[in-house]
Amino acid sequence: MSTVTTETPTYVGKRIKRKEDPRMITGTATYLDDIKLPNMHFAAIVRSPYAAARVDRIDAAAALALPGVVAVFTGADLDDVGNVPCGVTLPGLRIPPHAILAQGRVYFAGHPVAVVVANDPYRARDAAELVEVDYTPQPGIADPEKALEPGAPAVHPEWPDNVAFVHKQENGDVDIAFAEAEVIVKQRMLQPRVVANPMEARGAIGDYRSAEGTLTLHSSTQIPHLLRSIAAAVLGVPEHKMRVIAPEVGGGFGCKADVYAEELLVCFLSRKLGKPVKWVEGRREHFQATSQGRGHVDYYELAAKKDGTILGIKLKIIQDIGSHQQLTTPLIPTLSVLMLPGLYRCKTFRAEVVGAFTNCFPTDAYRGAGRPEATYGIERIVDCLAVELGMDAAEIRLKNFIEPQEFPFATGTGLIYDSGSYAATLGIALDTVGYAALREEQRAARAAGRLMGIGIATYGEICGFGPSPYTPAGGWESATVRIEPSGQVTVHTGISPHGQGEETTFAQIAADELGVSMDDVVIVHGDTAIVQYGIGTFGSRGTAVGGTAMFLAIEELKKKIMKYGAMLLETEDVQWVAGRVVCNKTGASVTVAQIAAASYRALKLPPGSEPGLVATSFWEPANFTFPFGAHIVVTDVDPDTGDVKITRYVAVDDCGKIINPLIVAGQIHGGIAQGIGQALYEQMVYDENGQILSGEFTDYVMPKAANIPFIESHHTETPSPVNPLGVKGVGEAGAIGAPPAIVNSVVDALSHLGIRHLDMPLTPEKVWTAIQGSRA
Amino acid sequence: MIPQEFEYAAPATLQAALELLADPGARPLAGGMSLVPLMKLRLAAPEKLVDLRLISSLKSIRREGAVLHIGAMVTHYELESAPLIRQECPLLAAAAAAIGDVQIRNSGTIGGSVAHADPAADYPAALLALEARVQLTGPTGEREMTFEDFVLDTFTTALEPGELVTAIVVPIEAPGTGVHYQKHPQPASGFPMVGVAVRVRRENGLISFARVGVTGLSGKGYRARAVEERLIGGAASDVEIKEAASVVAAGVEASADIHASAVYRAQLARVATVRAIRASLPHAH
Repeated sequence: MSTVTTETPTYVGKRIKRKEDPRMITGTATYLDDIKLPNMHFAAIVRSPYAAARVDRIDAAAALALPGVVAVFTGADLDDVGNVPCGVTLPGLRIPPHAILAQGRVYFAGHPVAVVVANDPYRARDAAELVEVDYTPQPGIADPEKALEPGAPAVHPEWPDNVAFVHKQENGDVDIAFAEAEVIVKQRMLQPRVVANPMEARGAIGDYRSAEGTLTLHSSTQIPHLLRSIAAAVLGVPEHKMRVIAPEVGGGFGCKADVYAEELLVCFLSRKLGKPVKWVEGRREHFQATSQGRGHVDYYELAAKKDGTILGIKLKIIQDIGSHQQLTTPLIPTLSVLMLPGLYRCKTFRAEVVGAFTNCFPTDAYRGAGRPEATYGIERIVDCLAVELGMDAAEIRLKNFIEPQEFPFATGTGLIYDSGSYAATLGIALDTVGYAALREEQRAARAAGRLMGIGIATYGEICGFGPSPYTPAGGWESATVRIEPSGQVTVHTGISPHGQGEETTFAQIAADELGVSMDDVVIVHGDTAIVQYGIGTFGSRGTAVGGTAMFLAIEELKKKIMKYGAMLLETEDVQWVAGRVVCNKTGASVTVAQIAAASYRALKLPPGSEPGLVATSFWEPANFTFPFGAHIVVTDVDPDTGDVKITRYVAVDDCGKIINPLIVAGQIHGGIAQGIGQALYEQMVYDENGQILSGEFTDYVMPKAANIPFIESHHTETPSPVNPLGVKGVGEAGAIGAPPAIVNSVVDALSHLGIRHLDMPLTPEKVWTAIQGSRA
Repeated sequence: MIPQEFEYAAPATLQAALELLADPGARPLAGGMSLVPLMKLRLAAPEKLVDLRLISSLKSIRREGAVLHIGAMVTHYELESAPLIRQECPLLAAAAAAIGDVQIRNSGTIGGSVAHADPAADYPAALLALEARVQLTGPTGEREMTFEDFVLDTFTTALEPGELVTAIVVPIEAPGTGVHYQKHPQPASGFPMVGVAVRVRRENGLISFARVGVTGLSGKGYRARAVEERLIGGAASDVEIKEAASVVAAGVEASADIHASAVYRAQLARVATVRAIRASLPHAH
């Protein structure tokens, strides 16, 4: 397979400002709420205040009496609209029916019970307050571990054990490994639910035209084509008569790679009422009714030799599923199992995932989707092992790393790691942070009563989703590259960027490949009527898979361009040189623009050629890609308040070939910010029944700019052999490396007090209480 | 996040405002930084908002003998930056500067904050330590009381229906007074989980004057008189400071929420008191 052009690239590898930014920062981008359609009406949802209740009576008379209100619908009015779908199959998976409006019972606080449609959003909100609903509250359960205990309230009466599924995987002889171990460490770890909170919350507009039987769904989504196929099926609309448009999407982080009741609801309402209907999610609703991340109770056991060699790993994950299965809810913890061994060569393991129903909104993909959970667990338990053995945290990792000559490396979990240089990357991090000097400083600090910690986390992750057999809905990606008669380039990509910057990076790649200016390349995405079928943006696959599809389409075009150039130059003895077809003998040349013009006019065609310059590629990767890295975090803990201050943050990340260092820096910083959020600040808090206690920004602690330290960000570039671009993916890396590095650092700061583990988020109170307890 | 429908008026004089506020469905609007979010969450639904922003008589800051007279509609940002406040009542400027962020401080007002009586506001610690007074104007005329007497309980003040907070009065700080406001913010909202304001003076190396105001710890702010008594007459050594601070939460029912238990809040109060005293001492002579 040919690789990216060997000529000195003009654009790839350079720090180039994003083409997306001018429209965003001048307020001229069109987000979902900017869209105004003729005769558009507005939906306001009546949501249950209870996490578990029977709905006894709904009376909409007062709401309907308000001027401007055109309709109120409840679960009884849904005609034959199908349920919110789950796209995952697992043996024994229990999928509770999930109607788009509650059917006599509510299962989470915020469960939609009724919907009001009015001619303005204010009237709709007022009317929603006037809908009278009588509930009989029932006991609910929010804690997934308690939900599995006998006697816990049953979330779904037909499954009183609250088990959503059980997934097991193992390799090698775990029992022998543990029997022969010289040391065994065990730890229970919590990874609380976190809320995605993209700056733009969700929103959708349904626009059904009965004269043509066509339905357009505008949605702030990461997966327009998949959403179209799924929504068409659920609503009974022929797929070719349905169009999904993702406008400018202000962040997703996985929570918009889903199919939601509200998206289906606005379509149902539009069809029913014959008008476009818009629903925009309020921030409070986002906490109630958008999928959340993490939600693990993990039990880790590690068996090892005294010299630190890991012999075997046991893991039980209790996954908080929530009340229903959203699109990929049960898949996420199975990805954690795949990444269980991290960067270590141990292939012996036994894992069990138990999905637990709770009276909370479902969990689903959130930046890293299963891989941050796995990395957190293995990096924490390896640190526990290091402490138990009195071994240095870096030393124990170096001892167990897969080595460069072992790639491609088949893990015990069934993955094949493509390439890596784990020891070298950790080495750079250790040098950059000045590790030996820091340990000296720590000794002095401890003697003076200061609590200073040094935490290391090394991570690998599965990216570039992925080979179709392992990616539900298919893992390939598509691109159509069109050279216009003017020689300018339009690329239709099946991915759906929402902050990742592919309008810039794809233009860089295409411009280099075709020898044109970046200003002459435009990247189009997000509209299923314009762009050929694609899978979408998630799992750090945009450039690795989508970029490759575009690259291959360009390769196809280049063949045609060469043929045309040869014809125009009247010689077969030609070669491609930086955007021109050049006659080797005379040096005469023609540009891509000249060839394009001639190709469309078609006055003369090379034998066997068609007019025009368009090529489409659908490309399926044979493997995932495996970015990796090492993060080292230095913390200072205030013994009087428990406040944690990050005094240094060193990140060395390897995302394979870097297309645009500016964008990569943005992804690393953003991912680390979310990782800091998870480690120190964020947790979704419910009372024991499922009542939301942290449902606003006044209570849910988002990391803010002032909380993010200066990040010393470095890279190694180990190209991936999986795709011709050598790209591994970078969108999720920061969120994967940060939490374990930070928690390891704080535990290290307190280890001389006998503290071995603390759960996220490391709130000051939690840290202070642990210090007090150790001194008791 | 859409409020219920309401009427809006912006009178140009205090008299006109009081006339509009005679309507029981009317509420005054100052900076809106507390009221409007409550309205968006539909936890408050006044039928009519009487915006005070055009009433110039409520926006002045002036010296009146030994005190500073601050109009209710003076914003936090004005208090943090006005030279008169920074020089003559630095503790008030410090408390104002600790509120929210710049956008909030440009809109929020001291009168609005005082009338709202949030138990986790920043001003109460400073106003208690300053022994500030509140001026009220209503249909029956003007009256004045201490801030300490004005706040009765959580979100509850001595305001009568139709009455407005029209001014806050604080003393001009005597030279040689060391002041400091130490705040421990709630990490999501930025409000003080605990905030302690200290004023101290020294004579011949001993503390001759001490005032300690506490906010955020319980249902309303309070003067920590027990701490003051232990400080006065002492040399304020490290040990003495710790000992004095150790009683700051004694006998006070500390609040508890998902951000801090009562036990931890009390710990923060002790730590903030120590740090506030230590920080104010260098300027006390």
